[in-house]
Amino acid sequence: MSRDTVQLEILRYDPEKDSEPYFSTYEVPFNDDWVVLDAINYVKENLDRTLTYRWSCHMAVCGSCGMVINGEPVLSCHTFMRDYGDKIRIEPLQNFPVERDLVVVIDDFVEKLGSVKPYIVPKVEKTVDEGEYIQSPAQLAVFKQYTACINCLLCYSACPQVGLNPGFVGPAALALAHRYNLDSRDVGRAAREDVVASNPGIWECSFVGACSEVCPKSVDPAAAIQQTKIASTVDYFTDFLTPWRKQ
Amino acid sequence: MARSNKPIVWGLFAAGGTLSAFIFPAVVFVIGFGVTLGFYSPDVFSYERMQALAANPLGKLCLFAPTFLIIWHAAHRLRITAHDFGIRADGLVAALCYGSAAVGTVAMIYALFIA
Amino acid sequence: MSRRPYIRPVQRSTWWLAQPRYIRYMAREVTSAFLCAYSLLIIVGLVRLAQGPLAYDAFLAAVYSTSGQVFSLLTLIFAIYHTYTWFQVTPKAMPIRKGGKLIAGSIIVGAHWFVFLIASVIILYLVGM
Ligand code: SF4
Repeated sequence: MSRDTVQLEILRYDPEKDSEPYFSTYEVPFNDDWVVLDAINYVKENLDRTLTYRWSCHMAVCGSCGMVINGEPVLSCHTFMRDYGDKIRIEPLQNFPVERDLVVVIDDFVEKLGSVKPYIVPKVEKTVDEGEYIQSPAQLAVFKQYTACINCLLCYSACPQVGLNPGFVGPAALALAHRYNLDSRDVGRAAREDVVASNPGIWECSFVGACSEVCPKSVDPAAAIQQTKIASTVDYFTDFLTPWRKQ
Repeated sequence: MARSNKPIVWGLFAAGGTLSAFIFPAVVFVIGFGVTLGFYSPDVFSYERMQALAANPLGKLCLFAPTFLIIWHAAHRLRITAHDFGIRADGLVAALCYGSAAVGTVAMIYALFIA
Repeated sequence: MSRRPYIRPVQRSTWWLAQPRYIRYMAREVTSAFLCAYSLLIIVGLVRLAQGPLAYDAFLAAVYSTSGQVFSLLTLIFAIYHTYTWFQVTPKAMPIRKGGKLIAGSIIVGAHWFVFLIASVIILYLVGM
């Protein structure tokens, strides 16, 4: 293919000037080795210094360069320019307010993430001197895939229920709750259930499965949520049938 | 936040969804096309035979249990689908969906165990 | 610098047209409409059965009429799609580990189809008995 240039249509929004977002088109050189983020960096360095976006590692680890490219939420450092046509449309992640250009406001997510206690709640608190909490490789394997999340929020962008139900705790946070629930060193499941098994928790999920399809780290949040639904349903009926066991 | 009561309806949804995945295609084929495609003789579904089935305790269970689960499965999923289509009166939709499933359940109890 | 985040509107009733994966999801969800309608048909059949031979025969005639056959065919198609989508996601909802290793999803899905076949044959046989 002999392409010299590619057009980037980038969504722009300046809260101090614009009443609503609009698209600007930039012509950038085509480069076989470039990821889309490289092309955006080219715009910033050569064409328009005001273009605002987040990025850091350029290697699909930091999770900050998530964008919607041609309708699909992706890491812009992880998608090659050559896989698109002559026009590439770049928008900020769906389902989040736009702070400026491609930068979205994620405060709401950060709060939801904190609400599921995404850390180990140990049975007995140990000091550093007392040593570590021991775990076997088999016990680690049970939840390892859910530890790979980089909080890139592609799943929130892909999930229609996040958009339709703003209170929904959402895929990544629920997957992380599941990750700690499955951890052999953790006893925090009951405490997490207050949020996880509430209506805005797992029950807002209708298993569209889009989160797992777009996740760049194969976390499979949809699987985590379905497993949580089954476990919470079992809990519900066990509590109901054996009320004396309730604390 | 309070824990949800959705496990009740979701439990029925999941049980009915699983059961229907295994049996419903065969059930629909048998009822809809078993006779018309010549797979069975017409008296397989004759009044006398069905009446005998519905009079038998095991027959009653085979007619009631799957239909019960599947209609509650469908009721719950329809409620969510209504929301997905943009209908926001969730309380009303839930009342309609679960209400219809309840009416169907009562009708079956009447037909199988009372009439 | 003043903050004034822009909130993009959500298409409440047409969002699912935006991506093929959403359309597939909606197709899966509307299977329930057919499952619901056909369960109602079965319930009507049971009520008609309780009402006596005349009512029951009229019910059978309706099932065997052209519109009844079209309805059955549509339901059959959606029922099979329901089965397909339901089996497809079982490895996610119920992953099975053996000796610390995850059993491949295709094996779980395949096992479900195998049971489906056996169950279908049993149903077909029992009804004809
Ligand atoms: S679950 Fe996947 S898509 Fe969602 S934030 Fe984590 S890494 Fe990103």
